[in-house]
Amino acid sequence: MSKSVNEVLFGPILKDNPIGLQILGICSALAVTTQMSVALVMCIALTLVTAFSNFFISLIRHQIPSSIRIIVQMTIIASLVIVVDQILGAVAYDISKQLTVFVGLIITNCIVMGRAEAFAMQNPPGISFLDGIGNGLGYSVVLMLVAVIRELFGSGRLMGIEILPLVTNGGWYVPTGMMLLPPSAFFIIGLLIWALRSWKTEQIEAADYEIGGHTALSRAM
Amino acid sequence: MSDTTYDKDSIKNVVVVALGVCLICAVIVSLAAVQLKPLQTANKELDRNKNILIAAGLFQPNVNQVEEIDQLFEQFTVKVVDMQEKRFLTAEEVEAAGIDIKKYDQRKAAKDPAQSIQLDKQQDIASISRRARYSIAYLLEHDGQVDRIVLPVHGYGLWSTMYGFIALEGDGNTVAGITFYEQKETAGLGGEVDNRAWKALWPGKSIYADDKVAFEVVKGSVDPSSSRAQYQVDGLAGASLTSRGVQNLIAFWMGEEGFGPILKNLQG
Repeated sequence: MSKSVNEVLFGPILKDNPIGLQILGICSALAVTTQMSVALVMCIALTLVTAFSNFFISLIRHQIPSSIRIIVQMTIIASLVIVVDQILGAVAYDISKQLTVFVGLIITNCIVMGRAEAFAMQNPPGISFLDGIGNGLGYSVVLMLVAVIRELFGSGRLMGIEILPLVTNGGWYVPTGMMLLPPSAFFIIGLLIWALRSWKTEQIEAADYEIGGHTALSRAM
Repeated sequence: MSDTTYDKDSIKNVVVVALGVCLICAVIVSLAAVQLKPLQTANKELDRNKNILIAAGLFQPNVNQVEEIDQLFEQFTVKVVDMQEKRFLTAEEVEAAGIDIKKYDQRKAAKDPAQSIQLDKQQDIASISRRARYSIAYLLEHDGQVDRIVLPVHGYGLWSTMYGFIALEGDGNTVAGITFYEQKETAGLGGEVDNRAWKALWPGKSIYADDKVAFEVVKGSVDPSSSRAQYQVDGLAGASLTSRGVQNLIAFWMGEEGFGPILKNLQG
């Protein structure tokens, strides 16, 4: 309960990454990472929603009856998401055109619900807010990494600026179409998690079961 | 909890919290929606007008500023086309039909049975199922002559309905430009319908040969020595179905069920 501010805010980036360790929020990591600009807006939106939903839920945590706590959390999260979607439509129309479907999906993003349930229900509002920001940052780091790789190799650009001149525009780079399709994000996230766990070995989970040795054919029969 | 008089799991508290949370959230959401509505509609309209200008070749995203859109847009004469009778409506008829040109939403009208017709399978090459009775057309006139005409088009690609505008020269045959302002095709493959380099292939191409729609989106690249090259643009690499969708939507909207007869009149 007595985690320091530093730990709450920056822990989720490497040590307790929501995607890397908790394996939450993979779905949107696949969908919005073909372009950096889109991924960035998604990160900001998710970070804000997680932080504020944590804050409000923590604020009324002593009042929320345990029998309807999930639905109360959902209501608060959904309202925040709609507000974010409306604001995007008003101030960043071009991006909201591409993102509006995914912004709606923040409601079901496991990170938001996960943090509300795991942290905000037990901790005071201030630190819960920071926990939301921290987990949002952890999510953002992974999302941006994936987006950099996918945009660079998939369309030869970063933030929409051409880095590798494409063959179609008279350059030399033949884009990897695979990078633009969702499965590539699976591979990249998988590799990232592998890299992270090779570096921070304490994150490796104990195996649930062990594969037994071979049974001699004659004994199995 | 030390406070014994307060039981957060009592039925009374469940009801109070549930109602309270709903009420507060509802107020916040509706406030945001109502307050931001004018900004959102303005954005939507600006985006649409920008795309009409881009199709007509009057707006270059890198050269022109967003602030110029309104002023540039004034050049257009906005007319209403009766898709059933295949003609432009006069100002009186527009009023009689109860259409406010500025507010008319063609996409909504296409879903309203009172304002649209169901297309049968053979007619419906662009897979849009219904077509609005009235369509808006944007004309660029010069000395009483139609210089350019911008027409809204839409059709189904691989995943989504693609909405766009096509601009034709005054002869009602030569393409002046095309743009898609809403589509959800695969980013990087079919999504390239919105690629500037690809759209730049369109201007100068012809739609009709012998009064029939001859325009094609071919697989691979157009052979410039072919006699049909003036009716063809390159297909999108890795997006055959989106390319076919684009070809179908041109075939539909430029054909008999679309704006074909009207464009024929322009050709005189």
